Amino acid sequence: MIRFTNVTKEYPRTGTALANVTLHVAKGEFVFFTGPSGAGKSTLLKLVYMEERPTHGEVRVGGTSSKSLARSDVAKLRRKLGIVFQDFRLLDDRDVYANIAFALEVIGAPRGAIPSKVGRLLERVGLASKAAARPRELSGGEQQRVAIARALVNDPFVLVADEPTGNLDDRAMRGIFQLLREINAAGTAVLMATHNLDLIRRSDYRTVEINRGQVVYDSKEMVAAVGGL
Amino acid sequence: MRLAFREALIAFSRAPLLSALSVTTIAFSLFALGLFGLVAVNIRRALERVEQRVEVRAFIADDASIDSVSGAMQALAAMPEVARVDYVSKDQALQRARRDLGEFSDVFEGEFLPASMEIRLRPGLKDQAQVKALVERVRAYSVVDDVRYGEEWVDKLYRVRDLAAITGLILGVAFAAVSVIIIGSTIRMAVLARSREISIMRLVGATDNFIRAPFLIEGFAKGVLGGALALVLTWVASQVVSRYLLETQFFEPSFAALGVMGGAVIGLLGSSLSVGRHLRRV
Repeated sequence: MIRFTNVTKEYPRTGTALANVTLHVAKGEFVFFTGPSGAGKSTLLKLVYMEERPTHGEVRVGGTSSKSLARSDVAKLRRKLGIVFQDFRLLDDRDVYANIAFALEVIGAPRGAIPSKVGRLLERVGLASKAAARPRELSGGEQQRVAIARALVNDPFVLVADEPTGNLDDRAMRGIFQLLREINAAGTAVLMATHNLDLIRRSDYRTVEINRGQVVYDSKEMVAAVGGL
Repeated sequence: MRLAFREALIAFSRAPLLSALSVTTIAFSLFALGLFGLVAVNIRRALERVEQRVEVRAFIADDASIDSVSGAMQALAAMPEVARVDYVSKDQALQRARRDLGEFSDVFEGEFLPASMEIRLRPGLKDQAQVKALVERVRAYSVVDDVRYGEEWVDKLYRVRDLAAITGLILGVAFAAVSVIIIGSTIRMAVLARSREISIMRLVGATDNFIRAPFLIEGFAKGVLGGALALVLTWVASQVVSRYLLETQFFEPSFAALGVMGGAVIGLLGSSLSVGRHLRRV
């Protein structure tokens, strides 16, 4: 479903961000990407939603290959993905409902279908009662829930979450993680970059550790290796 | 499309001062252009009037017979460039000179001014080359002693017209370029103010055209508003000049509409350059 083949990403100023990464994420899988700051986690996720293109190698997401990617293909690909960031990226001048409805309008959802879809999404993330609130009136955890609801407008087959709990207290973090687990349980793959080892330890999801642009640990391979012994 | 219009409207209402500023700047750029256009239109009109008065005067030799003069006049009147030919006798020439000189009229005594033929040209057949060609043909008649048509004056007139046309064109292009830069900058500010929205649009899969549309609408609307405001200002200016200085002619309606559309094109061009640059970066 998502396949990195010998992917290297170099930036003109900062040098190599990822070096010769080969990786496969299966349909519906939950994968943690961990590692120190600047290790290459965000770059790896950017390559998934094609914000960046590899300098060498190939990234395939669904049926889309980075090798034959036109600018208009990026928009098509993004309509199959959900993306969430540490800083939520909500529009502060609109209420919660409008933030989600905006995303639906942008992708050309039928006008009549928007209210009910927004209602369902807000219910799914547990914010049905906060539709009229402005983002600033919400806690960090609630804001991230709005961002996740917005990321789900496309009914994505994969949710890319770059440090989604980085700005949250422990309680909010657990709430968001639980929400991501539910989304994954419903069939959406989740790629989550995080520093939080506690979260990783508390679950048995696949963990990929990146350091200096290279995959230094992949729990799936370890399991395979152990199984092969 | 409906969303694009709504977003453009929101952009207007969210930054009314910035929007007003950009409309006003476009209006003033186009107003300056309009004023120059007005001057050009009126110079052209004045030139046309002067051109109507361009006439060729052929002085008749003293020894020319009446028959040969009348034959020459008939031949000249038959030329396609010529509207009419009038004979001015020595006596009439003297009377005219006296009338023109007013209080000094008594300095003339006796018929010492030559008789002449006044040749009026047809409207629309008055460009320099045609006038010169005609003069050469008139000069060829044996009854004609000399031909005058105010060649220096005519030459200068055409040079002024050419200069006005070239200056107008250069200034027009310069003002249009300045307007494109100004509207480009104001739209750029609007783009930066909405960079978060743009990044969200891109995240959820909006196409470039979709993102561009509200900005193009905004630029178009600003251009049209600026153009209309410039038109009103130019009209007021022409009324003021007509009332207190000299009578001026305003643009033809189709030309005025073209000016407003020019504003729209400038608006579209400025915003499209600006958004295009931003989209290439994100």
